[in-house]
Amino acid sequence: MDAPVSFVLNGKSVTVQSPRDRMLVWVLRDELGLTGTKVGCEAGLCGACTVLVNFEALPSCSTTLGDVAGKSVLTIEGLARGGKLDPVQKAFQDHHAFQCGYCTSGMILTAWAFLKKKPKASRAEIVEAMEGNLCRCGAHVRILEAVESVGKAMGGAR
Amino acid sequence: MKRRSFLQGVGAGALTLFFTGPAGAAPIVPTRPGAYPEDFNAFLKISADGRVGCFVGKTEIGQGAMTVLAMLVAEELELDPAQVDMLMGDTDLCPWDLPTGGSLTMWQTAPVLRGAAAEARAVLLGMASKALGAPVASLALKDGAIWVKSAPKRRTTFGELVKGQKMERHLGKVKPKPLAECTVIGRRVPRKDALPKVTGAAKYAGDLRFPGTLHACVLRPPAHGLVLATADTAAAERVPGVRIVRDGAFLAVLHPQPDTARKALALVKGTFEGTEPDVDDGRIYQYLLDKAAPGQRVVSSRGDLAAGEKRAATVVEGEYRNAYESHATLEPHTSVAKWEEGRMTVWSCTQSPFVLRDEVATALKLGQDKVRIIAQFVGGGFGGKLVGPGAVEAARIAQKIPGVPIQVAWNREEDLFLDGYRPAAVVKIRSGLDAARGGITFWDSIVAGVSQGEAEFPYEMQATRYQAPAVPGLHPLKIGAWRAPNAHTNAFARESQLDALAAKAGVDPVTLRRRLINDARVLRLLDLAVETFGWDPAPGPTGRGIGLACGAWRQGFVVALAEVRVDKSTGKVRAQRFLEAVDVGLVVNPDGARQQVEGAITMCIGQALSEEIRFKGGRILDKNFDTYLLPRFSAIPRIQVVFPDNPGMPTQGIGEPPVVPVAAALANAVFDATGARVTQVPFTPERVLEALKRVPAK
Ligand code: FES
Ligand code: FES
Repeated sequence: MDAPVSFVLNGKSVTVQSPRDRMLVWVLRDELGLTGTKVGCEAGLCGACTVLVNFEALPSCSTTLGDVAGKSVLTIEGLARGGKLDPVQKAFQDHHAFQCGYCTSGMILTAWAFLKKKPKASRAEIVEAMEGNLCRCGAHVRILEAVESVGKAMGGAR
Repeated sequence: MKRRSFLQGVGAGALTLFFTGPAGAAPIVPTRPGAYPEDFNAFLKISADGRVGCFVGKTEIGQGAMTVLAMLVAEELELDPAQVDMLMGDTDLCPWDLPTGGSLTMWQTAPVLRGAAAEARAVLLGMASKALGAPVASLALKDGAIWVKSAPKRRTTFGELVKGQKMERHLGKVKPKPLAECTVIGRRVPRKDALPKVTGAAKYAGDLRFPGTLHACVLRPPAHGLVLATADTAAAERVPGVRIVRDGAFLAVLHPQPDTARKALALVKGTFEGTEPDVDDGRIYQYLLDKAAPGQRVVSSRGDLAAGEKRAATVVEGEYRNAYESHATLEPHTSVAKWEEGRMTVWSCTQSPFVLRDEVATALKLGQDKVRIIAQFVGGGFGGKLVGPGAVEAARIAQKIPGVPIQVAWNREEDLFLDGYRPAAVVKIRSGLDAARGGITFWDSIVAGVSQGEAEFPYEMQATRYQAPAVPGLHPLKIGAWRAPNAHTNAFARESQLDALAAKAGVDPVTLRRRLINDARVLRLLDLAVETFGWDPAPGPTGRGIGLACGAWRQGFVVALAEVRVDKSTGKVRAQRFLEAVDVGLVVNPDGARQQVEGAITMCIGQALSEEIRFKGGRILDKNFDTYLLPRFSAIPRIQVVFPDNPGMPTQGIGEPPVVPVAAALANAVFDATGARVTQVPFTPERVLEALKRVPAK
């Protein structure tokens, strides 16, 4: 039996029984049933599986359960509060910053972590921050507009 | 499935949050496969609470079908598109339809659906007229209510009229509303799939969580052409919970956890036998030419080629190539299958539910009626999910384990290995321009690897010959339909060739095209593109790095303008600006159409500059996104999209047209920047450097 591992998931403490070297993406999707986190490459190359670990965007396909022990993990399911979309989600919705939507969770979380650090970013800085996230449908121009619009609306601190 | 779980299935898996009134779950009006139903009830259901459900056999692959089809229904029934619930791609519940591909949705399904909604409107008005005792002409209709204009209190609702029942009256063909009266068509409408997609609630096939699901990983040969001979599964079987399914050369490892199934699969030792094709990504073009040669036949010809060649003052001979390219949808092929009570249900990421139903039925030797496909949100298609080999694998395993849901989710390596690629191809063109630089005197084209589909554009040509091979099994690798099949290969060749002719003759690319085009609609589009871009063309190469290309898909036309920067020391091409003027007739959903164009341009920047399946024999060398290079944010240019006003022409669909000229426009821009003609897609930095070496010193 594996020793239980605890972490904070979307604001609530959870304890799971999986091996510490199990990849977080499977703990989330398979064990905890949070399927908003997607799987695209399992090698840290596409960003579809991005989650926030202590507010840092990380590929959950390449992050083990042990890595997040005692830390806070935020997934796409935890972003909306009290039935209200987070401003980044809202911007993606308003700008239609997606097509198939498979990259969207990862895009939103990557943008979220970046904007938290740097709300007033230039276009070039946003591009750099999003570079690790692939979108096959070509929603890039909308995604950049959406992220930029949130930065503008925040006008500084979040 | 029992009725209760059937309803739950609808709620859990289907493409929308769906009303559960009795009408919603009613079995559909039986339809003949291969034909759209005549009865509008097949498409539309009105529940007792008045919500309108729209059932279509298309799927939402990101292209926005869910939204634009709801718009059509909303238009005729005077609703907001948000009041229309879409249920898509369930072969038990939805009427037969064509695959979701080829830009067919708006071209083929839309008029049928709009007609159905128009008839439903007329029937509802007729029912209301009777119920309210007032002539139809005196009635008004909005948001599901119908009332007497002069006495708004005398009103009824869709729900009251229909009471969740099937509407029995039929009026035959009813004309849709005239465009001038339309209020939804042409408007920016919020995408219906936005909320589930930004919250992570949207369910793709891999997100379904049926209790007791087993995840199956299939043992793959290391190369195409090889099949499994022997397998040692002892180590895998020692993993607790593992089950092995073996059927001839097919072997799958099953486990309740997807990652454990994958790890256990790695413990299986297989030996493989067979013959790999003797070719690789370097030799493929000669291979195709040689193999195609004996089967070449003239598919169309006009005029006297030899005489045309005599009249030519400028002759160019070009050979254009493109590599195998993967669809590389971000969601790899994923399906869940369950065999229960003699019926197979498959939840899948499919573009073609009805084709997949037949694919599964044939593979499992079942009657069509014994298979149900339920499409989920699809994480990208582009033609790659018109076929469903992964769904067939899931069904094959499921049939052996009754009652247990079986998920087959390919990983990236499998998806790149098993994809049906955009075919590698060679196009050779010899053509000439007259001394006045206004007439193509001859155009002689021969292809290998693709057809001559969409090879022609409305250019006047005095003599033409188009040849293509009729050679089955030409390709050593599996090929498939890739967004605008044939058309983008042929446009790359044609538009590059035209650009080369223009440059050699010292005429600018716009002037040459203006002289060749007689079609007023296309001329107008060309002018629109050039003006919007703000381009003052001159004979190339000008050093500015601007390239022009045209493309056609059915009656849809596109003019593309690209501006690039080329780093002559590294060969790296960076697209700075890209404009497309797109005429596909009536644009129902302008923002959705714009998204399709933006997406096509972005996708094809990868096609033009970086995407290539490298292979050696049957081995696919690209196994993930570290070497198979999709365009990333830093590669995206500023994109402009313009639609001319052309509401008179029925809508042609928008998925494929904007793909067609992208690579050609970029290649022509590279020429304009450097004088180097790149003739092989993708034009990677190495190929650009090679082309630069061939530029004669001034
Ligand atoms: S699935 Fe984790 S980065 Fe692609
Ligand atoms: S929206 Fe399809 S991959 Fe980004």
